[in-house]
Amino acid sequence: MRRTRWLVGVVVPLSLALAVSGCGSSDEGGGGGGAGGAAEDTGDPNGAISTFGTEPENPLVPGNTNETGGGAIINALFTGLTTYDPVTSESKMSNAESIETKDSKTFTIKLKKGWKFHDGTEVKAKNFVDAWNWTAYSPNGAQTGSFFANIQGYEDVHTEDPDGTDGPQKAPEPTSKTMSGLKIIDDYTFEATTAEPFSVFPLTVGYSAFMPLPDAFFKDQKAFEANPIGNGPFKFVSRVPNQNVKLTRFDEYQGQDKPHFKDLTFTFFEGLEAAYAAVASNELDFLHTVPPSGIAGGKYKTDFPDRNGSQPYQGNQTLAFPLYDPKYKNADLRKAISMAINREEITQKIFEGTRTPADGWVNPAVPGYVKGQCGEFCTYNPTKAKEYLAKSGYTGGIEITSNTDGGHKEWITATCNSIKNAIGLECTFVPVQKFSEIRQKANARQMTQIYRAGWLADYPSIENWLNPLLRTGGSSNDGEYSNKEVDAKLAQADAATSIEEANKLYQEAERLVAQDMPTIPLWNQTSQFVWSDRVDKVRLTGLRELDLSSVIVKK
Amino acid sequence: MGRYVLRRLLQLVPVFIGTTFLMYWLVWSLPGDPFAGKCGERPCPDSYITAMRDKFNLDDPLLVQYGKYMVGLLQGDFGVNYKDQSVGTLIGNAYPNTIKLALMALAIEAVIGLVAGVLTGLRGRSYLDNLVLVSTLFLISIPVFVTGFVLQIALGFQLGWIKPVVSSGAPWEQLIVPGFVLGSLSMAYVTRLTRTSIAENKRADYVRTAVAKGQPQRRVVAVHMLRNSAIPVITFLGTDVGALMGGAIVTEGIFDIKGIGNLVYRAIGAQEAVTVTGIVTLLVLVYLLANLIVDLLYAVLDPRIRYD
Repeated sequence: MRRTRWLVGVVVPLSLALAVSGCGSSDEGGGGGGAGGAAEDTGDPNGAISTFGTEPENPLVPGNTNETGGGAIINALFTGLTTYDPVTSESKMSNAESIETKDSKTFTIKLKKGWKFHDGTEVKAKNFVDAWNWTAYSPNGAQTGSFFANIQGYEDVHTEDPDGTDGPQKAPEPTSKTMSGLKIIDDYTFEATTAEPFSVFPLTVGYSAFMPLPDAFFKDQKAFEANPIGNGPFKFVSRVPNQNVKLTRFDEYQGQDKPHFKDLTFTFFEGLEAAYAAVASNELDFLHTVPPSGIAGGKYKTDFPDRNGSQPYQGNQTLAFPLYDPKYKNADLRKAISMAINREEITQKIFEGTRTPADGWVNPAVPGYVKGQCGEFCTYNPTKAKEYLAKSGYTGGIEITSNTDGGHKEWITATCNSIKNAIGLECTFVPVQKFSEIRQKANARQMTQIYRAGWLADYPSIENWLNPLLRTGGSSNDGEYSNKEVDAKLAQADAATSIEEANKLYQEAERLVAQDMPTIPLWNQTSQFVWSDRVDKVRLTGLRELDLSSVIVKK
Repeated sequence: MGRYVLRRLLQLVPVFIGTTFLMYWLVWSLPGDPFAGKCGERPCPDSYITAMRDKFNLDDPLLVQYGKYMVGLLQGDFGVNYKDQSVGTLIGNAYPNTIKLALMALAIEAVIGLVAGVLTGLRGRSYLDNLVLVSTLFLISIPVFVTGFVLQIALGFQLGWIKPVVSSGAPWEQLIVPGFVLGSLSMAYVTRLTRTSIAENKRADYVRTAVAKGQPQRRVVAVHMLRNSAIPVITFLGTDVGALMGGAIVTEGIFDIKGIGNLVYRAIGAQEAVTVTGIVTLLVLVYLLANLIVDLLYAVLDPRIRYD
């Protein structure tokens, strides 16, 4: 490249160079005029976009993908019964015509006709039912099997290992391959029955665990993994490990969110810094997370004037307590620690305002959120904190642990200092090298220190922030928090007949949680993103992905 | 000579078995469950972990696991990693980039280093000599990531002469700057080694003889002096080839070169014994072969050295 640029500089006559630059500027003017005019600018319909991605952790099967790298690709390849609005995160019908229920227990799902998989076969009710059964069936070892735990007959297809994965015993063979709660009515209708009423079920089915699978998958899974076939706006072209995944527009796509460009490439980089440099030189079109070096002093705003954005997304950061350790049993201690953390100052000084102080357990970007659920317990107040600490009678110091492979050292040290200065509790940071080590300890319930935790919504609903995290036996309730009142309120919310009513009950449950402070909400995340000057109308969805339905390639 | 080479090649066999086993054992004994962190903040379902552990034989005793791995490896099968990608393909994709980058770095350090070394060695204590001494000291004292980022920002962003990141396939012309960054430290060493060696041999008897015979200056330097001064330099370059072929995590990271360094770095983080062992085995073989070649070169450079 260096050589060619030199050649261009020397060989191309000055007049031609002027003509080229003149052409560029007039084009820009035309684009601006078009946007202001009557017709909407949809850009180059045959354009290509490359977006930052990370290597999928597993083969591209929706039911076996539960991380952001593979998830972004799955969401482009597949479309579920519903999709989430990129701006408001509201759930909208997509492949489903309607999802109806009278008792929040039996849901009748009607599919739209004419939807096709990329191999030309039609999307039918059995594609959903088969896919859900496959994912839930435990010998298949799919990562998202637990998402079907609400469906009737789940325990017949999904068995647990009696002595954990380390023990000598194996999980017993499930008695059935299909869940009794799923019934096919006709080609385009099926019924899903939950074991207990579950009012927000229709909100969950837009998540990738609930995507349909074509017949080809069940015929030959290896072939499917090498060449995934979905029903989404993009179809699979190629994949080079460690480099990229290439997709192209599926022209028979029936959804409302049709893309305005043709080729989509997820490019994998050696690091965020390199990706940032690539966007600056127009090698890459979109990066959803600016690296710390670009955030410092707002550098990304000067590097990418008019081509940057900052937006909250559905993720938060908390401090979690191993409540099974008697040391942390006292709620007053937990409240004292929470009130001793100066969230405002830390988010400004350490994160340069890219985090917003949390005022509850639910993220503000999620439908169902209400302000101030945590109340005074999440507000910095050294005097009150001291009172609570005295009431708890706790003596000695505390330790906060975290993995250091994700850059958490700075804010934990700052948090510790805040606690130390406010209430005089000796606080030390205990670094652990890898995320998987923390996870392993938390899973085995062997934590003895306060630890960093976080949550990224699977689907945009207040329910996703409460049931898995704070209900007795919830799938991610690692601290073993248990409060009968909260459980009862959550069960009541699950059984509500409308989503509005359910949300109100979930909010009540969240207020009950504040009295126990099982985890300390710290702050909510925002994402800073940048894009190249080749693309326009760039938006970030609530799940921190590029909104593929709005982005255009400039002509 | 032939017997010597054969003996050296046979030595590779126990080294090969030893390193593969050591690597396998080391990665195997890293703390943490490789699958515990794969489901984000939620615990992975037991069924998933069981299925994965079965698939990768992780419940077998270490020796059985290693045995199964070696049976595959001897048939040319590097196995698959935890993402279900063929390790052979991963290495096949990454290694050409690493080799290209290493050759580029080697060429830059050898050419610039030798020329600068000869020039300064011949005219000691001159302005040029001081300049080279100071600039090599400078190169030795700054870490590679500083050189890398400075050149990327200056040449890539501000002047726009190079692409800030190397595009896929790593074309040669885009590797010049990364190669310079990678080779800069060794370049400084090569310069200093050559300079000292030349300065020493300048006063050697055979040089005086050559000059006295009336041989042209160019021939005296290129044939008599350089050839005899090259042994320490070649030793250094030889080990450096081995090191460069092992990938360069920092340089690859800055310029986004899809090489072997970051591949193995990430695999260690993910506790993928299969990937780490496959790559390291290859690197050990490359390193040993590079050393063998260096040893053979000694005999070419200095006929007094014999190997049988």
